[in-house]
Amino acid sequence: MSVKQLSVFAENKNGSLFEITKILRDADIDISAFSIADTQSYGVLRLIVCDPKKAAAALSAENKIVNVTEVVGVQIPDTKGGLNELLDVIASENISVDYLYAFVSSIAGKAYVVLRVENNELTEKLLKRYGFTLLTDEDIAG
Amino acid sequence: MANYYQKEIETASQEQIRAWQDERLVKTVNHVWNNNEYYRNKMKAHGVEPGDIQSRDDLWKLPFITKDDLREAYPYGLMSAPLSECTRIQSTSGTTGKRVVAFYTQEDIELWEDCCARAIVAVGGTKDDVCQVCYGYGLFTGGPGLNGGSHKVGCLTLPMSSGNTERQLQFMTDLGATILCCTPSYAAYLAESIEEKGLRDKIKLKAGIFGAEAWTEEMRHDLEKRLGIKAYDIYGLTELSGPGVSFECEEQTGMHINEDHFIAETIDPETGKVLPEGTRGEIVFTSITKKAFPLLRYRTKDIAVLRRDKCSCGRTFVKMSKPMGRSDDMLIIRGVNVFPSQIEEVLLAKGLTSNYQILVDRAGTTDSLEVKVEMTPELFSDTINSIGIREAEIAEALKSMLGIAAKVSIVEPKSIIRSEGKAVRVIDTRKLY
Repeated sequence: MSVKQLSVFAENKNGSLFEITKILRDADIDISAFSIADTQSYGVLRLIVCDPKKAAAALSAENKIVNVTEVVGVQIPDTKGGLNELLDVIASENISVDYLYAFVSSIAGKAYVVLRVENNELTEKLLKRYGFTLLTDEDIAG
Repeated sequence: MANYYQKEIETASQEQIRAWQDERLVKTVNHVWNNNEYYRNKMKAHGVEPGDIQSRDDLWKLPFITKDDLREAYPYGLMSAPLSECTRIQSTSGTTGKRVVAFYTQEDIELWEDCCARAIVAVGGTKDDVCQVCYGYGLFTGGPGLNGGSHKVGCLTLPMSSGNTERQLQFMTDLGATILCCTPSYAAYLAESIEEKGLRDKIKLKAGIFGAEAWTEEMRHDLEKRLGIKAYDIYGLTELSGPGVSFECEEQTGMHINEDHFIAETIDPETGKVLPEGTRGEIVFTSITKKAFPLLRYRTKDIAVLRRDKCSCGRTFVKMSKPMGRSDDMLIIRGVNVFPSQIEEVLLAKGLTSNYQILVDRAGTTDSLEVKVEMTPELFSDTINSIGIREAEIAEALKSMLGIAAKVSIVEPKSIIRSEGKAVRVIDTRKLY
């Protein structure tokens, strides 16, 4: 059910993001979403892309350190309180979240949230029970 | 399977070794006294004459020679044979000050090359081998020494010199090199390039002779695994001829010192007092067969242990442990002695690469130590937190090894410059004076 996310190591220096986006552009990869977690000296770039396998191979070939993680993708209404609704469930069900980020979907009125949690299966089961629609790689690739 | 280049010498009895050393030491002391004013003055100032030296038991009576002497006597002051008999000079890289030049008569070169030939045969080299020498040729002793030794063994010798990695790999694969001679840091770079180009199945290497810099057991295992070889250490100093002063045999538990050419002593580096064999200390060498540039009691600044245990290879020469690094390499940070090799040991044990850099600086009156390492797939994670935990583990391991804290900085793969000769691993920007 879950979605594949790419993580890429980027040193905190001029042009390092550009290097990564250039590799992806040259490999004909469409980026649906990305977020950066950073420290003083480096960052971890997280990306949701149309073809994670091909993107990872292109980045590795250019000496980038990449890994692919399964994350939970969930659809929320792109309206006031939409994210709050999801977080309400997460908080009340005591799901511990490492990080999350959101992006607008190509479906009108919908947004997507990516959640990094300890147990994907359990989280997805819970969210389903609350009536949320979960994302698959196909949704992203499409 | 033990093979020897000069069996009678390499497996001689302790009595025989002792007899050679006694006789050759006396001869060398007389030779420098008669032919070299610098030595004569130095010995006179120390109150010792050739007659005082009857055997190696009297060695302690002689004054030490240090790098400062070599610099003071530069260029010709320590040449002990007539210029007309000298045919070669080699020189140190001069990174720690004025260059040191060493002279050779034709016979000196022959004996030096014999020492290198012993090292090659000790790693299994025969006339059927293809020996790729990628130490620098020219003033540096690495290339000429191993080149000469390889010729003596009868290997097909590839005189590659250093650099041009593409060409190194092309010759290595096309000509089927079986023995690789270079610095361990360059071997690591070659291994990395071989992996990148997917050439592992095309190389035929079986042994590597790696020297000219300090390297750790961890690095040995890493190189052996990645190149599919046995990796052997070789030791030498330009001042004493070059590589081949000592070399490893198949046992890989220390380097046999060519005792028919060199007498080794261990001393306390602080007091200069001679220590018994088996005690860790600074290694001091006396060359006893050289004509052009013999050195009496040369202080190497290398810290090691000498062991005269019976070796399974049958060689009887004393073995010296891998030096922790020249005391020239030693850093004093916040009053603590730090050897780059200790840092390497920790990094490799933690699964990092041998490409690292040590940055030492001083802010105000406090020294800072930073170790730059390259990110690896094992160290990486999508969460900053897990990277942070692994980073902290490395920092903790460094602290327990060194006794002082080090900042660990993770940089992108391949972003630390690769060396083709001796690696520059330490950048010390402190202004100490």
